[in-house]
Amino acid sequence: MSKAKDVFLDPLFNKNPIGLQILGICSALAVTSKLETVVAMCLAVTFVITGSNVSISLIRRQIPSNIRIIVEITIIATLVIIVDQFLQAYAFGISKQLSIFVGLIITNCIVLGRAEGFAMKNPPGLSFLDGVGNGLGYSLVLLLVAFFRELLGAGKLLGITILSTTNEGGWYLPNGLMLLPPSAFFIIGLLIWILRTWKTDQIEEEN
Amino acid sequence: MKALRTVLDKLRPHFTQGGKLARLYPLFEAADSFLYTPGEVTAGAPHVRDAIDLKRVMITVVFALLPCFFMAMWNTGYQANSIMQTSGGSVEGWRGALLNVLGYTASPDRMLDNLLLGAAWFIPIYLVTNIVGGLWEALFSSIRGHEINEGFLVTGSLFPLICPPTLPLWQVALGISFGVVIGKEIFGGTGKNFLNPALTGRAFLFFAYPAQISGDKVWVAADGVSGATALSRAAEGGVEAITATISWFDAFIGTIPGSMGETSALACLFGAAVLVLTGIGSWRIMLSALSGALFLSILFPLIGSSTNPMFELGPQWHLVLGGFAFGLVFMTTDPVSGAMTDEGKWVYGFLIGSMCIMIRVVNPAFPEGMMLAILFGNVFAPLIDQMVLKFHIKRRLRHVEG
Repeated sequence: MSKAKDVFLDPLFNKNPIGLQILGICSALAVTSKLETVVAMCLAVTFVITGSNVSISLIRRQIPSNIRIIVEITIIATLVIIVDQFLQAYAFGISKQLSIFVGLIITNCIVLGRAEGFAMKNPPGLSFLDGVGNGLGYSLVLLLVAFFRELLGAGKLLGITILSTTNEGGWYLPNGLMLLPPSAFFIIGLLIWILRTWKTDQIEEEN
Repeated sequence: MKALRTVLDKLRPHFTQGGKLARLYPLFEAADSFLYTPGEVTAGAPHVRDAIDLKRVMITVVFALLPCFFMAMWNTGYQANSIMQTSGGSVEGWRGALLNVLGYTASPDRMLDNLLLGAAWFIPIYLVTNIVGGLWEALFSSIRGHEINEGFLVTGSLFPLICPPTLPLWQVALGISFGVVIGKEIFGGTGKNFLNPALTGRAFLFFAYPAQISGDKVWVAADGVSGATALSRAAEGGVEAITATISWFDAFIGTIPGSMGETSALACLFGAAVLVLTGIGSWRIMLSALSGALFLSILFPLIGSSTNPMFELGPQWHLVLGGFAFGLVFMTTDPVSGAMTDEGKWVYGFLIGSMCIMIRVVNPAFPEGMMLAILFGNVFAPLIDQMVLKFHIKRRLRHVEG
């Protein structure tokens, strides 16, 4: 039971896919200027990781080793298309805002990384937990980044005004840098700094 | 002087290991080495013994900056006084009250009036920069047990000089905080920063709050006055737009609107002379940056363009306008963030000089390009050095394998 717990909880802080492995950075930069789009993105990625982990784990003994990447990508692509179609059908506005980044979940290194690194070697139950855990670990970082970017960049959270901005007659002068993708680099960097100050075993050795 | 030494020596035990204030040792050490030469010097081989330590290097840079400081205050006052003389208006708030006490008459022809008004804008920015930046420096030194070094003295002098006079003080504080923490301390402090901290702070403000650090409204310290920089006027209407209000000589002396310390090419020339003669600033970088800028600014007018008036701006303008001269003398030559190898310095300087002109002329969004060009060069400096070293090793290996 403790192994299942570790598999599920480790990706949150101990082995966070973004914080420790520095994977999935592209979407963390691209979609995090608003909390709303991030929520959709996090659900989509968590669904895809979990789905691909379970499906690949189920057929892991049948996949020939030399074509395994092709098989994995096919499964992931299928799931991504399902997510994309679903968003277009039921959340068209968000689908528009996420634009190409839904399709780019295929290239999110976390998905393939978990498929290769975990699902190919572990039973479906554990792979399911691993998928959900990594999805949550990814979501945690993205939500934090988007929280700061939307709050400091636009004075809003989920579109609701928190700090009234100067061009609407308030006092808060929005920080334009926060609306540009590079700001996510700074925020992720600071988050990693905090994380590694807290969990010192994550600090890489200098060579 | 002996009394002071005795006081310091008496205080020392409190700050060393076991003392009550051991955590604050960097503060004590900073005060001590500010007043006296550091006690520890390298002795014996293989070190070269030289009187020129970090402290003297940094002090020399600050000395080289003195004319820029003077121009920053004089020109800020001169610009505001001239505008107020023609279009009315007066100095408001605490500045007005303070200046009246000091016998200020708002005349652009009196040097004292210009200096007083300029100082009333420059000194607050300078103080905020050094207090806030100094606090970060002290905080990181105390936690890491480093010494506070004199590097910040230069950053703290450069940063206010590249701010527009009207920059809000909270933005000054935010900018220098970003510059010191993200631009320097997270990489390990002075000597490990790969970006120039002062420029990092300015770049942060430039992208975060563009309305307060670019455009037409911020360069003259008088309310609601539009005083576009010469470069942004050139982006609209070419050389005629510049010469309509100023002459080349104005631009060279620095009596034009702009960031406070960077308008005067003459003051920068003095700085360049000091830095090159003392061997502190690299003449290779200065010369190559200059030739990079000359190359493109001679080339662009030859190419010409019917839609972009910046193309017609010749080298004589590019070199004296905007932050080119200031950046070239004081920022490309930053020994930490620049290239280290002699051959690398040529490449590094040329890259910055040509990139600056490229941004100014080809990119319509940025009429000024020096800040971005230097940061760009900073990022490439380690790569350039790496390639130079590889090339050296390869060439020498050939001799061995013969």
